[in-house]
Amino acid sequence: MIKTIQFGTFRDVGDPVTAARVYNAQRADELLFLDISASTEGRRTLFEIVEKAAEECFMPLGVGGGITTIEDIREVLQHGADKVIINTAAVENPAFIRKAVERFGSSTIVVSIDVRQHASGQYEVFTHSGTKATGRDPVAWAQEMERVGAGEMMITSIDREGTMKGLDTPLVTSVARAVSVPVIASGGVGQLSDFKDGFEAGATAVAAGSIFHFTDQSPIMTRNYLTHVHANVRP
Amino acid sequence: MIVVVDYDMGNLHSIAKALEYVGGEVAVSSDPRDLIAAEKIVLPGVGAFPDGMAHLLRDKRLYDALLGQVKRKKKPILGICLGMQLLASTSEEFRVSGGLGWIEGDVKRFDVDHQLGLRVPHVGWNNVRIIKSHPLLAGIPDQTDFYFVHSYHFISRQMDDRDIVGTCDYGGPFTAIIGRDNIFATQFHPEKSQRYGLTLLENFIRWDGVYVKE
Repeated sequence: MIKTIQFGTFRDVGDPVTAARVYNAQRADELLFLDISASTEGRRTLFEIVEKAAEECFMPLGVGGGITTIEDIREVLQHGADKVIINTAAVENPAFIRKAVERFGSSTIVVSIDVRQHASGQYEVFTHSGTKATGRDPVAWAQEMERVGAGEMMITSIDREGTMKGLDTPLVTSVARAVSVPVIASGGVGQLSDFKDGFEAGATAVAAGSIFHFTDQSPIMTRNYLTHVHANVRP
Repeated sequence: MIVVVDYDMGNLHSIAKALEYVGGEVAVSSDPRDLIAAEKIVLPGVGAFPDGMAHLLRDKRLYDALLGQVKRKKKPILGICLGMQLLASTSEEFRVSGGLGWIEGDVKRFDVDHQLGLRVPHVGWNNVRIIKSHPLLAGIPDQTDFYFVHSYHFISRQMDDRDIVGTCDYGGPFTAIIGRDNIFATQFHPEKSQRYGLTLLENFIRWDGVYVKE
């Protein structure tokens, strides 16, 4: 169970470090900080946030947003992150993932794949925060990323994200069947049963944002629910 | 002073911060003199085994200091993740290579079936079965969850598994905790395991390095 904290500026969602403290107190399994502005200014802020979070949150921290070079990765890890999440840079240069894996280990490199579904039902991978079509199929792309050594795959349904209408479970299943690395399902979690659906669809982990931001559900309640329905999570 | 060995393998910030959080005085260093002056040593590590050994052996004086302080001076040492695997005799990661050989055993890749939901790397929280009590596990209940992230695991060569203190299950039991004399090591990351991880680190700060098996 992962909590995503997406932010453009502080104004939008409040102080990420405060949010991190709360989720740490509520024993979220892992925190992901995703800088959707991915600007140079945003990068420096991201480093500060990770560093502060690492001082108080003794749990795994993943960081993503505009990571394009080995040096970017090194800096992020030095500031306290355990994993980096790479999306657009992987599509633009798959060899970058291979190099990153060789340098830092596959378990440090998470490839994030954003997906839109067309009216025809076909899925397509998008980059640049969902604005640029790549012509790639998510299953084939996930397999290619596994080949270059990515340790985990995060699959986000752009269509579902923020809607709280549930995960795109067929999408999750199709990718989970095709790769043997852990798959993180993201996009659309709105109620506790969505977590269960994600695990049943084959995800090793389920990431959620809105449900924790905009409802009174918490990681504690989620874990309580999942323990009751016998999902394999910490009690 | 607790010295976290910096041999350029992974994020040292977290382990240093966690140790400080529970009251430790910590220095992150690659200087052999700091190891010699240290009261306790932490050998962290994230990344590949052959790289880890190459980095450790790169500076002969650092390696000698580590060997001397741990084996001769018997200073308490905590190995974490790759830091635990390096204690082994060999590893097959990328190619068969030699480890420090302080605990007889071999590091092998998980051989699990992903159709059963078991994927590699083993990433996430998992509960640890405590087989033998140990000062570093004081206050930690059996079956406590800790955070794991690894593709390889340690298999002991000892007939009686005498140095295995804890196991975890992932397609079968695997070594989660090793303990012999002044050496203690975990496959999981205590600095990423919230409350009970911090308890373990606190116990390490208080430990005198003595471990007598029942």
